[in-house]
Amino acid sequence: MNPDNGIDLAGILGQAATMAQDVTFQSVRGWKAQHENAKAIGYFPVYTPVELIHAAGALPVGLNGAGDQLDIQHADARFGSFICSIVKTTMELALTGHLEPLDGMLFHSICDSARNLCFVYKRHFAENLYVDFLHLPHNPSSVASQEFLVSEYRRLKKNLENLTNRTVTDQDIRLAIKVYNENRRALSDLYRYRQEEPHMLPTAELYVLQRAGNFMPVEEHTQWLKAVRQALPNRPMKRRDSIRVVVEGSFCEQPPIGFIKILEGAGCYVVDDDFLLGKRWFTEDVPIGDDPIHDLAESYVQRSVYSSVRHDWRKPRFLGLVEKVKAGKADAVVFCLAKFCEPAFFDYVLFKRELEKEGIPHLLIEFEEKMFTFDRARTEIETFVESLLFE
Amino acid sequence: MAPAQKSEYRGYVHQMQKTLMVNWYERLGESALKGWPPAVCLMVSGNCIELLQAFDVLPIYPEVNALQLAIRHQSLEPIVAAEEIGYASDNCAYVKADIGAYLKGITPTGNKMPTAALILCNFVGCNTYLKWFEHVSAFTGAPMYVLDVPFLRYDKPTADDITYVVKQLKELVGLLEGITHTKFDYDRFKQAVQYSAEVESLWSEIKHLSKHSPSPFDAYFDAITLMGPLYVYRASSVGVDFFRAALQELKERVANGQGVYDEERFRIVVEGPPPYPHFKTFRDMFAKWRACTVASTYSTVGGLWEFGFRHDPENPFESVALHMIENNVTNRNYLQRYAQIERYADEWKADGVIIHFVKSCRLFSAGQGDMRDYFTKVLKRPTLYIESDLEDPRYFSEAQIRNRMDAFFESLEHQKTMANVAGE
Ligand code: SF4
Ligand code: SF4
Repeated sequence: MNPDNGIDLAGILGQAATMAQDVTFQSVRGWKAQHENAKAIGYFPVYTPVELIHAAGALPVGLNGAGDQLDIQHADARFGSFICSIVKTTMELALTGHLEPLDGMLFHSICDSARNLCFVYKRHFAENLYVDFLHLPHNPSSVASQEFLVSEYRRLKKNLENLTNRTVTDQDIRLAIKVYNENRRALSDLYRYRQEEPHMLPTAELYVLQRAGNFMPVEEHTQWLKAVRQALPNRPMKRRDSIRVVVEGSFCEQPPIGFIKILEGAGCYVVDDDFLLGKRWFTEDVPIGDDPIHDLAESYVQRSVYSSVRHDWRKPRFLGLVEKVKAGKADAVVFCLAKFCEPAFFDYVLFKRELEKEGIPHLLIEFEEKMFTFDRARTEIETFVESLLFE
Repeated sequence: MAPAQKSEYRGYVHQMQKTLMVNWYERLGESALKGWPPAVCLMVSGNCIELLQAFDVLPIYPEVNALQLAIRHQSLEPIVAAEEIGYASDNCAYVKADIGAYLKGITPTGNKMPTAALILCNFVGCNTYLKWFEHVSAFTGAPMYVLDVPFLRYDKPTADDITYVVKQLKELVGLLEGITHTKFDYDRFKQAVQYSAEVESLWSEIKHLSKHSPSPFDAYFDAITLMGPLYVYRASSVGVDFFRAALQELKERVANGQGVYDEERFRIVVEGPPPYPHFKTFRDMFAKWRACTVASTYSTVGGLWEFGFRHDPENPFESVALHMIENNVTNRNYLQRYAQIERYADEWKADGVIIHFVKSCRLFSAGQGDMRDYFTKVLKRPTLYIESDLEDPRYFSEAQIRNRMDAFFESLEHQKTMANVAGE
């Protein structure tokens, strides 16, 4: 207990760290035990309209693979070589019964591997699990995109109503938008704070805090975020010699927490990142108007952050990255790309080209969620940091 | 075992397709020189060539260029060039070959390639398409339009899916009017759709000919030969003439009892694209066993017509939309692919299934281990799984693939012998 403001910062961070890595989903089980007949709906990264799940009285559960918590024994044979780890661990989680607390699972049009995974899921688990695929549109310049997404969300809403056996009203959705706006705002506050005072909020902590939100009711999570924000300035933290970096490329499969710690330990202040990007998906609040499904769809089409899995050629992503670097007063970009992540590795080419045009230094590190030795990464990052600090 | 067979027949059809494809490249070369007619880059899968044809716009298919480079053993240099600027070793090598060729000024025929007036990304299933065309647009500076096609997440498209695609097709009409300075002629569009419907009937009939035993053509290797004209000329009278001639030639072969080999020993369904850099070597591995492919999923990338779909001149926009959403293998979901293969195996009376895992192509390959499991364990069908690449010549271990193929056919032969003994 912190005597100054009554907030148990260490306690919250400790709980968050445990939850963030818990592949048995104890918190989800606990929530279900307290809410009779309530459903939990899992979703694969990167973005899903969690508001609709919430409005149906269900708990959205964001899956981000299994990190180093699970040995892959069955999924390798189904997905084979050259496929990223998260696809395999997500399959393994289901094959080994870990997803038993989930009643549904959503996938999206992010990449070919994840898309096929959805249908392999259907073949194996659809008897006991509602498995669905959302087509999130890739043509934002067309007015038809918005209309289409509205229809897609209505379809999802109907399926959720069938599953939860209740009617979802517009008011339910408006309320859900409100609580998620609050959550996104609280997260943005923390991101902003870290950008200003990176030594006060290590990224490994912000990360677990954020990730824990995947497994708990959003309202409680927002309370945590606000409490942490309040407690932070009182921490005794020291500044270190570090460069300011933007981390790019970890929007889907997540690097191990150990890796994030190495990044910081080797001399990087992370001033912006795309870890768990779906949790901070919009550049502004989702409006709360007469037609909340329309508001959600319109926000997706018009006010999403740039992402390697969303396509909007009205403004190339590489310009978004450069803006991010400038806004964060970053010295460099560290690309942390999941092995075999096709969208991330493609984007790397144009990102790199643009950064070089702008004279912004960058480093590429490849990771796998299950990696456990970081010596090579540490050396590469240290060398990179030194070259910038002492140049 | 009998000595290895020469693996291909070279009929009139093959000659004619060559001429047609050379003509197409010549027209592209001309467009590059004169700046007219305008050319539009688009993807093979579920292409909307009918709309381009209505405007006399030339299609550029980067996939066809990439495969031409591979089959002519010219893909490595551009792939390496692309890797030098940052592409990863496991990124789709079609993209690398295409971008690398652009950077190095390499074209499949040596003719100049026009700069596209529009990069039309018909996003039909493959997410790499989006990246690929974004990159082409970024490197060439040509404008881009993504025609977003909803993935077929259920058995059938929804009414909203169709409306969405039709609206975008109509936006595309506006763009094409701008490029060509011509007003859209609805009747010409209907005519193009009508030609497509005719070609599709002929092509479908051809595909059903491989139900005969012996099959008059190989529905993987020879089908690929016929696929070029199917994408470039489908919506024109040239296409109709070509496929009419092809059907006639193949029908004659059926009437004469001519198969691909003097004796058709095995009937195979193949899943996945071919290893273009080692096309002939791979084909010879089938030929050695007189194994004829009677159906293949790859030959339905551009469109799936053998199960009945046709473009409809009475509803041209809707039918183009339906083709893009529902009637090509890339936009159909993975379990529909299982069902497609299963249907081929049953109706085309195949002895086994060969799954060719292609490192470049997650669209085809992600989950093929599960597919193998389904075919071997659930359907109890002899199934072989091999790995290589469709464009990168470095990823083909010939001895290993040959051993696996030989072992597979040996076991099929054994099963046949046992079945014959049991039947006697
Ligand atoms: S890590 Fe990349 S390739 Fe893998 S599922 Fe996610 S987006 Fe797709
Ligand atoms: S991923 Fe596959 S379908 Fe897509 S462009 Fe590459 S080879 Fe073609």
